[in-house]
Amino acid sequence: MNAHDPLVRFVNIQKSYDGETLIVKDLNLSVAKGEFLTMLGPSGSGKTTCLMMLAGFEPATHGEIYLEDQPINRVPPHKRGIGMVFQNYALFPHMTVAENLAFPLDVRGMSKSEKMQRVKRALDMVQLGEFGDRRPVQLSGGQQQRVAVARSLVFDPALVLMDEPLGALDKNLREQMQYEIKSIHENLGITVVYVTHDQSEALTLSNRIAVFDDGVIQQCAPPDMLYEEPENAFVANFIGENNRLMGTVAEDNGNTVKVNVNNGHVVEAKKVKVEGVGSPSTLSLRPERVVVAPEPASLPNIFLAKTEELIYLGDHIRTRFSVCGTDDFVVKIPNSSVHVCLSEGDEVNVGWKVEDCRALDA
Amino acid sequence: MAGLVFTDQSRLPPSPFLNNVSTMPTASANPAGPILTVDGTPLKTSLERSLKLSKLRAVGLVFPPLVFLIFLFVIPIGSLLTRSVDDSLSNKVLPRTLAAFERWDKTSEPDEAMFEALYLDMKAAEKLDLSKLGTRMNYEKSGWRSLVKITTRGLKRIEGPPYKPAMLKLNKRWGDIAFWQSLGAMKDPVTFGYYLNAVDLKYDGNKNVMRVNKHRRIYQLLWWRTLLVSTIVTIGCLILAYPVAHLLATLPLRISNLLMICVLMPFWTSLLVRIVAWMIMLQQNGVINDSLVSLGLLHDDNRLEMMYNFTGTVIVMIQILLPFMILPIYSVMKTIPPSYMKAAQNLGATPALAFLKVYLPQTIPGVGAGCILVFIVAIGYYITPELVGGKDGRLIGNLIAHHMQHSLNWGLAAAMGATLLAAILILYWVYDKLIGVDNMKMG
Repeated sequence: MNAHDPLVRFVNIQKSYDGETLIVKDLNLSVAKGEFLTMLGPSGSGKTTCLMMLAGFEPATHGEIYLEDQPINRVPPHKRGIGMVFQNYALFPHMTVAENLAFPLDVRGMSKSEKMQRVKRALDMVQLGEFGDRRPVQLSGGQQQRVAVARSLVFDPALVLMDEPLGALDKNLREQMQYEIKSIHENLGITVVYVTHDQSEALTLSNRIAVFDDGVIQQCAPPDMLYEEPENAFVANFIGENNRLMGTVAEDNGNTVKVNVNNGHVVEAKKVKVEGVGSPSTLSLRPERVVVAPEPASLPNIFLAKTEELIYLGDHIRTRFSVCGTDDFVVKIPNSSVHVCLSEGDEVNVGWKVEDCRALDA
Repeated sequence: MAGLVFTDQSRLPPSPFLNNVSTMPTASANPAGPILTVDGTPLKTSLERSLKLSKLRAVGLVFPPLVFLIFLFVIPIGSLLTRSVDDSLSNKVLPRTLAAFERWDKTSEPDEAMFEALYLDMKAAEKLDLSKLGTRMNYEKSGWRSLVKITTRGLKRIEGPPYKPAMLKLNKRWGDIAFWQSLGAMKDPVTFGYYLNAVDLKYDGNKNVMRVNKHRRIYQLLWWRTLLVSTIVTIGCLILAYPVAHLLATLPLRISNLLMICVLMPFWTSLLVRIVAWMIMLQQNGVINDSLVSLGLLHDDNRLEMMYNFTGTVIVMIQILLPFMILPIYSVMKTIPPSYMKAAQNLGATPALAFLKVYLPQTIPGVGAGCILVFIVAIGYYITPELVGGKDGRLIGNLIAHHMQHSLNWGLAAAMGATLLAAILILYWVYDKLIGVDNMKMG
């Protein structure tokens, strides 16, 4: 087997709790060996359910999950050998940190010397070598988080699941822990399936992100692809900031389309997911790709915009325009030495390239 | 922000915070002296003043229950404990007799001087005191009560010395040296005699501890039985309560609320009604026996005796005390997130091992609290053994009630009550050493 063989495969997985609604609708997904795959989505989108099915705590209603090509639907959780970091860490409060780490080794009947050696190695890996005798409650949130990571790795699983592990930490700590998790993943070469609803976390950590909504994977792609080439309106909106222009397709030119935006303007856009002339479409445009006051005729799409609001954010000025019938058109003007100076109510031209404006489903 | 043009950073106004730092009042300017507030009063005085009102309010809230506790709990318990060691009556009524007793050699026949002292004491004493004294003396040797009563009645017929023959004439038992010897057990105003009585021991005339006659030994047996019943009831409650508490803590709210009502229902029913219901169930022609017989599992001549004995006491007490076990365990289980069991299994433990190593240890505070609660209530239980206990099911509580209500030996009842209290305190201490009282969660 080489590195690109799938370690985990979900095949036609469906899940329902009440027999009336599907939480997960026909999921097909492979996770390659050594990959860091993130399941990203709003709450209730089915991502945690998928993780619980993989860990063995929820049975799949239909379909099969394979781990190293073995079907595991009937394997109980304790025989799957998958590491897991729980949302609130689930560190056993009546055991010390070292006892927590030794627990998976104890149940595997490991010798005392090897156990001590492994516990020490795991604690050193998360820089908590001195904390073995403490109880979890005596540790800070970040330290508990590290212990939870160490415990999920101490028995050398090939696959580690993480269920919103950084959700309880404050912002600074969360960013620091992101880098630690990333470096652990890279150093150990393990496979990680990570669940979060925080898109920046997903973008920072992952090799590949599966965006969930309504029990369906909307798009599964590397972070840059996901951001720059979203395949549908949900992904475009969910990942990063996004300007939306609603309209109907007026003209189909193969790779590009012309879209009649609601108030009569015609915008030329890249054709990504539209059904043909006459169908409704959402145009998606990243705020940083909009050019303010472009040279006349230098861009195919140039429209007059009215400045509605300016928010000073240090490195850039977030500017809200009303243009093409929407008053929620955001542009990030970088705070460079030669940038356009606007005040509220000013009218100015804004423009963008055809390939930066993606015509998606409505 | 409206209308601001962002071009040059230097045009932003300077931060207002930087300027103010030097003009702020520095409370801790003088590290040696007391810290003062801005207007010069010491910080401590100022703090006390500001907290005074809330302290007063706290005292006001605590005051009524405190008064209630002192008058209706602390003082009665104190008087109970005093009564359990108090033996001043004999000294008050028979001072001359006891003085003469000290001079006596305890073996020869009492002389005229002792009889004279006795006569003078009894002549001077109030009638009521004499009757109480007779009862008290009867605890040491039976026969005293009637002897004192007869003598009290006959005192006016004695006209003068010599007293010895006159007294002997009143009742010849005055010649029995054993009565005189038993005075030795009550000569001190403070006695531990009641505590000895509570465990089938007594003082002899020389204040040596000895066992009571074989046919009068009952208390030790009852103490052991009380401990045994309490232990069985505690274990029985634990076995029945643990799974129920687990269900209560893990089932969906709608179902667990219903279950909780079922658990609490007995609390809302009169204790007496519940016990009578059990009597209907357990008696020889009761529901259980009838069902077993009609199912053919039991022969009609062989009906089980489940009431008016040890079994009945245990069964009914388990049912009555079950909620005291369920509720503390439930309250602890409620706080254990299901993710612990999941984590344990994820780490490779079988469900059984995960329960033993991860779940069970975390429920110990609730189990401990439940056990101690049930044991403490069971050890002093009275009403159930009284109604369904019969002869073999009587516990120490019933004896205390007996001595309070019937024999009126309050000293002994108080001593037994105090012993129960001590047993509970020892239990509490052991619990603290084993599990730690700080961990206890009552619900």
